[in-house]
Amino acid sequence: MCLAVPGRVLDVEVRDGTRMATVDFGGVVKEVCLEYLPDLKPGEYAIVHVGFALQKLDEESARRTLELFETLGLLQEEFGDPWEAAEAAAIEWKTQDDVHGEVRP
Amino acid sequence: MKYIDEFQNPDLAGRLLDEIRATVTRPWALMEVCGGQTHSIIRHGIDQLLPPEIELIHGPGCPVCVTPLEMIDKALEIASRPGVIFCSFGDMLRVPGTGRDLFQVRGQGGDVRVVYSPLDALRIAEQNPDREVVFFGIGFETTAPPNAMTVHQARKRNIRNFSLLVSHVRVPPAIDAIMRSPECRVQGFLAAGHVCSVMGTAEYPELARRHQVPIVVTGFEPLDILEGVRRTVLQLERGERTVENAYQRAVTAEGNPAAQAMLSDVFEVADRAWRGIGVIPDSGWRLSARYRDHDAEHRFSVEGIDTREPAECRSGEVLQGLLKPNECEAFGTTCTPRSPLGATMVSSEGACAAYYLYRRLDAGTPGQRPPASARTASGTPSPVTASLEGSPLA
Ligand code: SF4
Repeated sequence: MCLAVPGRVLDVEVRDGTRMATVDFGGVVKEVCLEYLPDLKPGEYAIVHVGFALQKLDEESARRTLELFETLGLLQEEFGDPWEAAEAAAIEWKTQDDVHGEVRP
Repeated sequence: MKYIDEFQNPDLAGRLLDEIRATVTRPWALMEVCGGQTHSIIRHGIDQLLPPEIELIHGPGCPVCVTPLEMIDKALEIASRPGVIFCSFGDMLRVPGTGRDLFQVRGQGGDVRVVYSPLDALRIAEQNPDREVVFFGIGFETTAPPNAMTVHQARKRNIRNFSLLVSHVRVPPAIDAIMRSPECRVQGFLAAGHVCSVMGTAEYPELARRHQVPIVVTGFEPLDILEGVRRTVLQLERGERTVENAYQRAVTAEGNPAAQAMLSDVFEVADRAWRGIGVIPDSGWRLSARYRDHDAEHRFSVEGIDTREPAECRSGEVLQGLLKPNECEAFGTTCTPRSPLGATMVSSEGACAAYYLYRRLDAGTPGQRPPASARTASGTPSPVTASLEGSPLA
């Protein structure tokens, strides 16, 4: 939850008096609030946390971080279905324990 | 060199490790503050790649883990009330309160909803004017500004049925508390990069001076962590004790001034209890007087809940770096992610969960690695990546 994810701004508009953007996170598109980075423009990258752009980032570092997050499954954690994940957790851990045996003798 | 092929740039990782080895002349204990860093370290085996003189101690930087049981119980109590829509980040669903969690409250008929952003909770409030919508506002300096903005917007747009259950914490007072503990062994800090991308680095020089400890702002990718370790060790060996920024692509000295301004408008600094640690002075935020009518604790009477910590859970010591998760008696026996005793076992950033997930099972044998299937995105047994299949990210 504390790991902010880099994304690329697609477009910017003002809604309900608030600066908002659509942002692409390696394929997942989300609404993001730009009130804390009002100068952000389409095509630029930023670190986004719980729907808020917090700091600008250069394209290279953004791409690298996104790739890493995808490998680590962090993008799914941030954008996936948490109910499914919570439910799956119980089942997955059971399966894993069955496969690897009890953790301690 | 084992495992190093997992790094994004193995050559660079190897060079950083060589430099660290060449620099180190005696033992040093460094604390990584952020839970994301802890997971990265355990997952990539960074602690095992480092020379044996360097010990990495895991810090309290997991927002879910440090939320006190009392707040979880208050959340569960509010979420169970008729007429309430309780909104939370997904991480909180399985965090155990006294006897149950939010997941179970929903099973018992509570209207618990998971949102991606606090603004989603505000939208739900707008769409359900006859219901009370409560958002569980936990987290460090990265999450507090979005929550502050949401309360500010609720006020501006006159959305009165929205309130925040606030349990925000701040990193610098936690570093101070750790250094003041008589049992403290920490000699250098890898500070949490994303916290600093909001707050900048201004709060740290005074801490570094007071406790004579180097503080190096560090990211959480493997190479970032190696660079943070390298710079901290270099300072220690040279006898320097200053603040350095090793995460310049995301952190500037001044941070994000707009976010800081909103923080100090909506919140005021307050003492906060940390789960398993106790109250740390000035270590958190509460809503300032002007916004208090959006405070869920004022709106709902939730005093006098009987909270009971499981006696065998030692997460307080784990969070202060006094105990490694696999040194806890309950680890892997009565406490597993399937039936967690403490938040550190259930949170995706918790140290106990990291040790369990990557099979660091026995105290004193840090050489164990997860089964190969646990280390690739496709075959990992983690509940998170397991459900990647069929998702647009797979
Ligand atoms: S292993 Fe479980 S019981 Fe032990 S400290 Fe961690 S969360 Fe608590």
